[in-house]
Amino acid sequence: MTVKQVREIDRVVIRFAGDSGDGMQLTGDRFTAETASYGNDLSTLPNFPAEIRAPAGTLPGVSSFQLHFANYDILTPGDAPDVLVAMNPAALKANVPDLPKGATIIVDTAEFTPRALKKVGYDANPLEDNSLSAYKVHAVDLSGITMEALAPFGLTRKESSRSKNMFALGLISWMYGRSIDGTVKFLGEKFASKEAIRDANITALRAGWNYGETTEDFAVTYEVKPAALPAGTYRNITGNLALSYGLIAASQRSGLPLFLGSYPITPASDILHELSKHKRFGVRTFQAEDEVAAIGAALGASFGGALGVTTTSGPGVALKAETLGLAVSLELPLVLVDVQRGGPSTGLPTKTDQADLLQVLYGRNGESPVPVVAAASPSDCFDAAIEAARIAVTYRTPVVLLSDGYLANGSEPWRLPDVDALPVIEPAFATEPNRDADGNGAAPQFWPYQRDPDTLARPWAVPGTPGLEHRIGGIEKLDGPGTISYDPNNHDRMVRLRQAKVDGVDGIPDLAVDDPTGDARLLVLGWGSTFGPIGAAVRRARRAGLSVAQAHLRHLNPMPGNTGDVLRAYDRVLVPEMNLGQLRMLLRAQYLVDVVGYNKVRGLPFKAEELADVIMEEVGTL
Amino acid sequence: MTADIGMPGLAGVPTTSTTQTKKDFTSDQEVRWCPGCGDYAVLATVQGFLPDLGLARENIVFVSGIGCSSRFPYYMNTYGMHSIHGRAPTIATGLAASRPDLSVWVITGDGDALSIGGNHLIHALRRNVNLTILLFNNRIYGLTKGQYSPTSEQGKITKSTPMGSLESPFNPVSLALGAEATFVARTIDSDRAHLTSVLSAAAAHRGTSLVEIYQNCNIFNDGAFEILKDRENRDEVLIRLEHGEPVRFGTDGQYGVRRNPTTGSLEVGAGDDPNVVVHDATADDPTQAFALSRLADPGSLARSPIGIFRQVDRPTYGDLMTEQVDRAVETKGPGDLTALLHGADTWTVG
Ligand code: SF4
Repeated sequence: MTVKQVREIDRVVIRFAGDSGDGMQLTGDRFTAETASYGNDLSTLPNFPAEIRAPAGTLPGVSSFQLHFANYDILTPGDAPDVLVAMNPAALKANVPDLPKGATIIVDTAEFTPRALKKVGYDANPLEDNSLSAYKVHAVDLSGITMEALAPFGLTRKESSRSKNMFALGLISWMYGRSIDGTVKFLGEKFASKEAIRDANITALRAGWNYGETTEDFAVTYEVKPAALPAGTYRNITGNLALSYGLIAASQRSGLPLFLGSYPITPASDILHELSKHKRFGVRTFQAEDEVAAIGAALGASFGGALGVTTTSGPGVALKAETLGLAVSLELPLVLVDVQRGGPSTGLPTKTDQADLLQVLYGRNGESPVPVVAAASPSDCFDAAIEAARIAVTYRTPVVLLSDGYLANGSEPWRLPDVDALPVIEPAFATEPNRDADGNGAAPQFWPYQRDPDTLARPWAVPGTPGLEHRIGGIEKLDGPGTISYDPNNHDRMVRLRQAKVDGVDGIPDLAVDDPTGDARLLVLGWGSTFGPIGAAVRRARRAGLSVAQAHLRHLNPMPGNTGDVLRAYDRVLVPEMNLGQLRMLLRAQYLVDVVGYNKVRGLPFKAEELADVIMEEVGTL
Repeated sequence: MTADIGMPGLAGVPTTSTTQTKKDFTSDQEVRWCPGCGDYAVLATVQGFLPDLGLARENIVFVSGIGCSSRFPYYMNTYGMHSIHGRAPTIATGLAASRPDLSVWVITGDGDALSIGGNHLIHALRRNVNLTILLFNNRIYGLTKGQYSPTSEQGKITKSTPMGSLESPFNPVSLALGAEATFVARTIDSDRAHLTSVLSAAAAHRGTSLVEIYQNCNIFNDGAFEILKDRENRDEVLIRLEHGEPVRFGTDGQYGVRRNPTTGSLEVGAGDDPNVVVHDATADDPTQAFALSRLADPGSLARSPIGIFRQVDRPTYGDLMTEQVDRAVETKGPGDLTALLHGADTWTVG
């Protein structure tokens, strides 16, 4: 056996790419799990087509999974892969443009047949024509070696070639010194009832590892030491999972049973799948006939005293708009989760976007204010969900929680919170009449729209509470008694009260600014999933010697009280957004500050380098 | 306190020992339907019949959509929600599925339930949520002042169809039977005794009960059901279904609904025909109930059967949901948040 050289590096970005059917997402997930338990900081970016099985070997059918891991805290899945694993010519062709010179490419030579090459428009075999000379190419017969290793199992050709992703995983795991024990266990559980498949996959995984160790082709292994993260217990988590857990936590911390009404839609469906598994927490999940029924049922459950939640993506928000408006009028707690994707219309179902901000704020008839909270990272989806529920329950209002495709499927290590330290949410149901007897013989009464003077929230009296029977509805109600009212002045008052209630949502922390040198003239302000890329870009700019301040909005409505002061404290405010400038427009309108935008709508998160360039350019003009 | 009052549909709903009257169910809101509207009679019947159930009033909820009849909840001194057009079944589904201790009623109309809300209606019926749905069918849009509705007869002249409507109407009973409904009935606003008996059976039924109420809109579609109400002739054209009884009608029972031995379909023949069918609302197979629903003339409604077409047992959506939640707790124990968050793969730093 050759003695391999071990080289220590700080960080690496690996991209696994193949056909939609090649199991690249699973391969990426497993490598992520191995890397997480090794103690690196990491960030992932799955990228897959909307078609479940796009035609094999074609460019649109390429599915990839990118993982960035490091021995320090990182903020993004990385701009450019250092290593590309390409399972076929399509995967190579689709991903090579993203590679920096000197990157490592591992390809499965068995797939580089004349036919497959022709399918994606390669006139010559790129493995033979020197076109990849800028890269370190490892041309390995992944399929062939896998099949050889699996010969004893008596599987069909097709079956054994399916395990080639595990071979690739084994090889990469060897290259980066990751243990494969977790994956062996995982395969054992996943294929518990299919022994042959289980053993074939485990054998392929080990064969990949052994191949790296024995072949001359791979001379170096890399070591990325664990990151010095704050002390605590960690797990790796995706945004959709964190969001589901946040909703369960909100239910537990409020004592309100969780009721989810949902209609399947990418990229939000995993929240429905996840919550449907947790009935032991009293969670009720309702897969509705459509988006409208999903929010309707959630609102009905809220009326009955549950924590009503509905989950969807942009097109679903459009369909739910009328019911959301009803919830504004009824003043009942409700959480609407919008996992944003590319739009308009069907748009890009599996790609990320943050262009629903104006839709959720203003996409309803009449003056219809709703608080909006946006998660900043996959693990922040947990806290953002609790915060959305807190506002909804405390203020008896629908709240929109924004996530997006990048947060939903991307993952990062999460330091587990102490459950007992999570916020307590107080439902404070009404149990007694709130109007005294009038002395003229009338009994004490219950007025459903008699507001709490501090929060302006109306009482939440659930059916089953004797003496508080009342009727609510979408027709304008008389301030106080809550009976139907067409009075012009009352309508004006109610419109203003609903607005004032939302504007007055309390407990929103001031906008914190990170300005280590204290002399920055440029503030970079973001919201939602741009948190990571902006943070990484700001770091780069600072490393280059620039002073840059960074702030991130988690509450989009109402915004933190000091937002205007923060904006006005800088000579220039730059707002990068994956839309055409929606937050920018709001800030300009609300605070009369001439905010500058940087906008791209490519269905992919910003790259740190690209944002760093923009930042440096802006600073340069100051 | 909950008591078995012999009505499975209300099992689990608390009862009261206090004697209730119609007044207890009447809210302080002025009723604002047009004078003479059929809705008044239905409201009075519901307010008059609910006290007999002996339920705790606070555990009764009326949910409505949009339309004249959907103002109904405001007039009931129970919990209520006047929601948005067509969506009442969705809201009621969420409420009933999460609160088995409530008696949930849906008030809707032909436009609300069959046009804008058609999808929700059929899915509520299919799921068999424990709801009682009162569908006020006046064959017209009243609140928007007189356009044709999905139950209007073809050729109807209205504001939006000056040369006559082009569409075939829905038969709500046929539709409900096709949507796997477990309880389907039809009644008439002005027939208080029949209305009461049908509503009482609907409330007793566990699952979605759909009651179509022929309701007169005296402003925009006056006399739509006159043929079935007119004392002189109604017995000639109205078929009263009674479970277990032969299906006969006519002043002297001179007509009978019989099965054509050749085609197998139902048709009207002589009352003493040996092939007159016996009505079985509890039959598993809805075929005969469906065939009965087809007897009515879609335009004039002559030979409309009223009464309970179908009444069968099938587990309700909410009961099944509760059962799954209970079973999950029983087999796995109540959820532990810390254990959930930790999951299978954690690591410790520091
Ligand atoms: S318009 Fe017709 S249905 Fe509406 S309240 Fe008047 S009479 Fe009744």
